[in-house]
Amino acid sequence: MSERVPVLQIGQVLLVSIQTDLDDQAVMLLQDDLAARVVNTGAHGVVIDITAVEIVDSFVGRMLATIASISRLLDARTVVVGMRPAVAITLVELGLSLGGVRTALTLEKGLQVLNREISSTPPAAS
Amino acid sequence: MTGTAASGVVAITANDGVVQARQKVRALAQECRLSLVDQTKLITAASELARNTLVYGGGGTMTATVVEEGGRRGVRVVFADQGPGIADLDLALTDGWTSGTGLGLGLSGSRRLVDDFTLDTAPGQGTTVTITKWTR
Repeated sequence: MSERVPVLQIGQVLLVSIQTDLDDQAVMLLQDDLAARVVNTGAHGVVIDITAVEIVDSFVGRMLATIASISRLLDARTVVVGMRPAVAITLVELGLSLGGVRTALTLEKGLQVLNREISSTPPAAS
Repeated sequence: MTGTAASGVVAITANDGVVQARQKVRALAQECRLSLVDQTKLITAASELARNTLVYGGGGTMTATVVEEGGRRGVRVVFADQGPGIADLDLALTDGWTSGTGLGLGLSGSRRLVDDFTLDTAPGQGTTVTITKWTR
Protein backbone atom coordinates (compact mmCIF):
# COMPACT_ATOMS: atom_id res chain seq x y z
CA MET A 1 0.00 0.00 0.00
CA SER A 2 1.54 3.26 -1.10
CA GLU A 3 1.42 6.20 1.27
CA ARG A 4 -0.27 9.49 0.45
CA VAL A 5 1.66 12.72 0.69
CA PRO A 6 -0.35 15.40 2.54
CA VAL A 7 -1.37 18.46 0.51
CA LEU A 8 -1.74 21.58 2.70
CA GLN A 9 -3.57 24.76 1.75
CA ILE A 10 -2.37 28.22 2.76
CA GLY A 11 -4.62 30.85 1.23
CA GLN A 12 -4.33 30.63 -2.56
CA VAL A 13 -1.39 28.22 -2.41
CA LEU A 14 -1.17 24.44 -2.04
CA LEU A 15 1.94 23.17 -0.28
CA VAL A 16 3.41 19.69 -0.60
CA SER A 17 6.50 18.69 1.32
CA ILE A 18 8.00 15.36 0.32
CA GLN A 19 9.54 13.85 3.46
CA THR A 20 10.04 10.17 2.64
CA ASP A 21 11.41 7.98 -0.14
CA LEU A 22 8.26 7.54 -2.27
CA ASP A 23 7.61 4.53 -4.45
CA ASP A 24 6.40 5.13 -8.01
CA GLN A 25 2.79 4.48 -7.10
CA ALA A 26 2.88 7.16 -4.40
CA VAL A 27 4.42 9.59 -6.89
CA MET A 28 1.55 9.02 -9.33
CA LEU A 29 -1.00 9.39 -6.50
CA LEU A 30 0.51 12.74 -5.58
CA GLN A 31 0.23 13.94 -9.16
CA ASP A 32 -3.47 13.00 -9.30
CA ASP A 33 -4.21 14.38 -5.80
CA LEU A 34 -2.64 17.72 -6.64
CA ALA A 35 -4.61 18.11 -9.88
CA ALA A 36 -7.86 17.38 -8.01
CA ARG A 37 -6.97 19.73 -5.14
CA VAL A 38 -6.09 22.59 -7.51
CA VAL A 39 -9.55 22.33 -9.04
CA ASN A 40 -11.40 21.79 -5.75
CA THR A 41 -9.73 24.68 -3.95
CA GLY A 42 -9.30 27.05 -6.89
CA ALA A 43 -5.71 27.56 -5.73
CA HIS A 44 -3.49 29.68 -7.98
CA GLY A 45 -0.17 28.36 -6.75
CA VAL A 46 1.50 25.04 -5.93
CA VAL A 47 4.71 24.74 -3.94
CA ILE A 48 6.54 21.42 -3.93
CA ASP A 49 9.19 21.30 -1.22
CA ILE A 50 11.96 18.78 -1.94
CA THR A 51 14.36 19.93 0.78
CA ALA A 52 14.34 16.45 2.32
CA VAL A 53 14.60 14.59 -0.98
CA GLU A 54 17.97 12.92 -1.45
CA ILE A 55 17.54 11.83 -5.05
CA VAL A 56 15.33 12.86 -7.96
CA ASP A 57 15.40 10.26 -10.72
CA SER A 58 13.72 10.52 -14.12
CA PHE A 59 10.41 9.27 -12.74
CA VAL A 60 10.17 11.91 -10.01
CA GLY A 61 11.62 14.52 -12.36
CA ARG A 62 8.93 13.80 -14.89
CA MET A 63 6.29 14.04 -12.14
CA LEU A 64 7.54 17.53 -11.23
CA ALA A 65 7.38 18.65 -14.87
CA THR A 66 3.96 17.06 -15.35
CA ILE A 67 2.52 18.71 -12.22
CA ALA A 68 3.79 22.07 -13.45
CA SER A 69 2.09 21.53 -16.84
CA ILE A 70 -1.17 20.24 -15.38
CA SER A 71 -1.36 23.10 -12.87
CA ARG A 72 -0.77 25.65 -15.61
CA LEU A 73 -3.74 24.23 -17.53
CA LEU A 74 -5.77 24.52 -14.33
CA ASP A 75 -4.80 28.18 -13.76
CA ALA A 76 -2.16 27.60 -11.10
CA ARG A 77 1.60 28.20 -11.07
CA THR A 78 4.06 25.66 -9.65
CA VAL A 79 7.35 26.31 -7.89
CA VAL A 80 9.73 23.56 -6.76
CA VAL A 81 11.75 24.63 -3.72
CA GLY A 82 14.71 23.33 -1.75
CA MET A 83 16.56 21.29 -4.36
CA ARG A 84 19.90 20.08 -3.01
CA PRO A 85 23.03 20.92 -5.03
CA ALA A 86 23.90 17.23 -5.52
CA VAL A 87 20.39 16.62 -6.85
CA ALA A 88 20.70 19.47 -9.36
CA ILE A 89 24.09 18.20 -10.57
CA THR A 90 22.75 14.66 -10.94
CA LEU A 91 19.58 15.73 -12.78
CA VAL A 92 21.53 17.67 -15.40
CA GLU A 93 23.94 14.81 -15.93
CA LEU A 94 21.05 12.38 -16.17
CA GLY A 95 19.71 14.51 -19.01
CA LEU A 96 16.74 16.16 -17.27
CA SER A 97 17.12 19.90 -16.95
CA LEU A 98 13.43 20.48 -16.10
CA GLY A 99 13.29 23.58 -18.29
CA GLY A 100 9.56 24.12 -17.76
CA VAL A 101 9.69 23.97 -13.97
CA ARG A 102 10.02 27.14 -11.84
CA THR A 103 12.35 26.72 -8.89
CA ALA A 104 13.34 28.73 -5.83
CA LEU A 105 16.02 27.98 -3.28
CA THR A 106 13.79 28.23 -0.22
CA LEU A 107 10.12 27.96 0.68
CA GLU A 108 10.04 31.67 1.51
CA LYS A 109 11.44 32.65 -1.89
CA GLY A 110 9.08 30.25 -3.62
CA LEU A 111 6.08 31.86 -1.96
CA GLN A 112 7.36 35.28 -3.01
CA VAL A 113 7.64 34.13 -6.63
CA LEU A 114 4.08 32.78 -6.54
CA ASN A 115 2.56 35.84 -4.86
CA ARG A 116 4.20 38.06 -7.44
CA GLU A 117 2.90 35.94 -10.32
CA ILE A 118 -0.58 35.49 -8.91
CA SER A 119 -1.04 39.21 -8.31
CA SER A 120 0.35 40.21 -11.71
CA THR A 121 -1.55 37.66 -13.80
CA PRO A 122 -4.87 38.89 -15.16
CA PRO A 123 -7.57 36.40 -14.16
CA ALA A 124 -8.61 33.73 -16.66
CA ALA A 125 -6.94 34.99 -19.81
CA SER A 126 -8.16 33.02 -22.82
CA MET B 1 37.22 -7.96 -2.75
CA THR B 2 35.76 -7.40 0.67
CA GLY B 3 33.69 -9.81 2.68
CA THR B 4 30.02 -10.50 2.21
CA ALA B 5 29.03 -8.40 5.23
CA ALA B 6 29.11 -5.36 2.98
CA SER B 7 26.92 -6.81 0.28
CA GLY B 8 23.24 -7.34 -0.16
CA VAL B 9 20.69 -8.79 -2.53
CA VAL B 10 17.34 -7.11 -3.10
CA ALA B 11 14.46 -8.75 -4.96
CA ILE B 12 12.86 -6.30 -7.39
CA THR B 13 9.41 -7.71 -8.02
CA ALA B 14 7.23 -4.70 -7.14
CA ASN B 15 7.45 -0.93 -6.64
CA ASP B 16 8.75 -1.27 -3.08
CA GLY B 17 11.69 -3.30 -4.43
CA VAL B 18 12.87 -0.17 -6.23
CA VAL B 19 12.71 1.76 -2.93
CA GLN B 20 14.63 -1.00 -1.12
CA ALA B 21 17.23 -1.05 -3.90
CA ARG B 22 17.83 2.70 -3.43
CA GLN B 23 18.14 2.26 0.35
CA LYS B 24 20.60 -0.61 0.07
CA VAL B 25 22.80 1.32 -2.38
CA ARG B 26 22.62 4.41 -0.16
CA ALA B 27 23.84 2.40 2.86
CA LEU B 28 26.79 0.96 0.92
CA ALA B 29 27.69 4.30 -0.69
CA GLN B 30 27.86 5.88 2.77
CA GLU B 31 29.86 2.99 4.17
CA CYS B 32 32.28 3.34 1.25
CA ARG B 33 32.53 7.09 1.96
CA LEU B 34 31.66 8.22 -1.54
CA SER B 35 31.31 12.01 -1.74
CA LEU B 36 27.79 13.36 -1.37
CA VAL B 37 27.53 14.13 -5.10
CA ASP B 38 28.84 10.68 -6.03
CA GLN B 39 26.43 9.02 -3.58
CA THR B 40 23.56 10.94 -5.16
CA LYS B 41 24.65 9.97 -8.68
CA LEU B 42 25.03 6.29 -7.79
CA ILE B 43 21.69 6.05 -5.96
CA THR B 44 19.95 7.83 -8.84
CA ALA B 45 21.51 5.46 -11.39
CA ALA B 46 20.49 2.48 -9.24
CA SER B 47 16.93 3.80 -9.06
CA GLU B 48 16.73 4.08 -12.85
CA LEU B 49 18.13 0.59 -13.39
CA ALA B 50 15.99 -1.00 -10.67
CA ARG B 51 12.90 0.45 -12.35
CA ASN B 52 14.10 -0.93 -15.71
CA THR B 53 14.52 -4.36 -14.11
CA LEU B 54 10.94 -4.20 -12.85
CA VAL B 55 9.21 -2.59 -15.84
CA TYR B 56 11.13 -3.97 -18.82
CA GLY B 57 12.71 -7.10 -17.34
CA GLY B 58 9.56 -8.28 -15.59
CA GLY B 59 11.34 -8.25 -12.23
CA GLY B 60 14.72 -9.55 -11.09
CA THR B 61 17.40 -8.95 -8.50
CA MET B 62 19.88 -6.31 -7.47
CA THR B 63 23.16 -7.27 -5.84
CA ALA B 64 25.22 -4.48 -4.31
CA THR B 65 28.77 -4.89 -2.97
CA VAL B 66 31.62 -2.77 -1.70
CA VAL B 67 34.60 -3.71 -3.89
CA GLU B 68 38.34 -3.10 -3.71
CA GLU B 69 40.46 -3.34 -6.83
CA GLY B 70 43.98 -2.10 -7.48
CA GLY B 71 44.04 -0.02 -4.32
CA ARG B 72 40.76 1.76 -4.95
CA ARG B 73 37.43 1.28 -3.30
CA GLY B 74 33.96 1.53 -4.73
CA VAL B 75 30.42 0.25 -4.84
CA ARG B 76 29.39 -2.21 -7.52
CA VAL B 77 25.76 -2.89 -8.26
CA VAL B 78 24.46 -5.67 -10.52
CA PHE B 79 20.91 -5.75 -11.88
CA ALA B 80 19.79 -9.04 -13.38
CA ASP B 81 16.53 -10.09 -14.97
CA GLN B 82 15.29 -12.97 -17.09
CA GLY B 83 13.16 -10.73 -19.28
CA PRO B 84 13.03 -10.36 -23.07
CA GLY B 85 16.53 -8.88 -23.30
CA ILE B 86 17.56 -6.02 -25.57
CA ALA B 87 17.85 -6.57 -29.34
CA ASP B 88 19.42 -3.26 -30.37
CA LEU B 89 21.89 -2.03 -27.75
CA ASP B 90 22.88 1.15 -29.56
CA LEU B 91 19.26 2.17 -29.82
CA ALA B 92 18.55 1.28 -26.18
CA LEU B 93 21.46 3.49 -25.10
CA THR B 94 20.22 6.49 -27.09
CA ASP B 95 18.90 9.44 -25.07
CA GLY B 96 15.16 9.69 -25.43
CA TRP B 97 14.54 6.30 -26.98
CA THR B 98 12.18 4.04 -25.06
CA SER B 99 10.40 0.78 -25.83
CA GLY B 100 7.81 1.68 -23.23
CA THR B 101 6.30 4.89 -21.90
CA GLY B 102 9.30 6.32 -20.05
CA LEU B 103 11.52 9.24 -20.94
CA GLY B 104 14.25 7.06 -22.42
CA LEU B 105 16.87 8.30 -19.96
CA GLY B 106 17.22 5.25 -17.71
CA LEU B 107 20.04 3.41 -19.48
CA SER B 108 21.76 6.33 -21.20
CA GLY B 109 21.45 8.62 -18.19
CA SER B 110 22.59 6.12 -15.61
CA ARG B 111 25.63 5.31 -17.77
CA ARG B 112 26.67 8.97 -17.48
CA LEU B 113 26.24 8.94 -13.69
CA VAL B 114 28.67 6.09 -12.92
CA ASP B 115 32.33 5.28 -13.62
CA ASP B 116 31.96 1.77 -15.06
CA PHE B 117 28.92 0.51 -16.93
CA THR B 118 28.55 -2.88 -18.63
CA LEU B 119 25.47 -4.32 -20.23
CA ASP B 120 25.11 -8.02 -20.96
CA THR B 121 22.00 -8.94 -22.89
CA ALA B 122 20.57 -10.79 -25.88
CA PRO B 123 17.03 -11.31 -27.12
CA GLY B 124 15.37 -13.96 -24.94
CA GLN B 125 18.41 -14.14 -22.64
CA GLY B 126 17.52 -11.54 -20.05
CA THR B 127 19.57 -8.48 -19.18
CA THR B 128 22.38 -7.90 -16.70
CA VAL B 129 23.64 -4.37 -16.05
CA THR B 130 26.71 -3.82 -13.86
CA ILE B 131 27.67 -0.37 -12.60
CA THR B 132 30.52 0.78 -10.36
CA LYS B 133 31.26 4.10 -8.69
CA TRP B 134 34.78 4.55 -7.26
CA THR B 135 35.88 6.82 -4.44
CA ARG B 136 38.13 9.69 -5.52
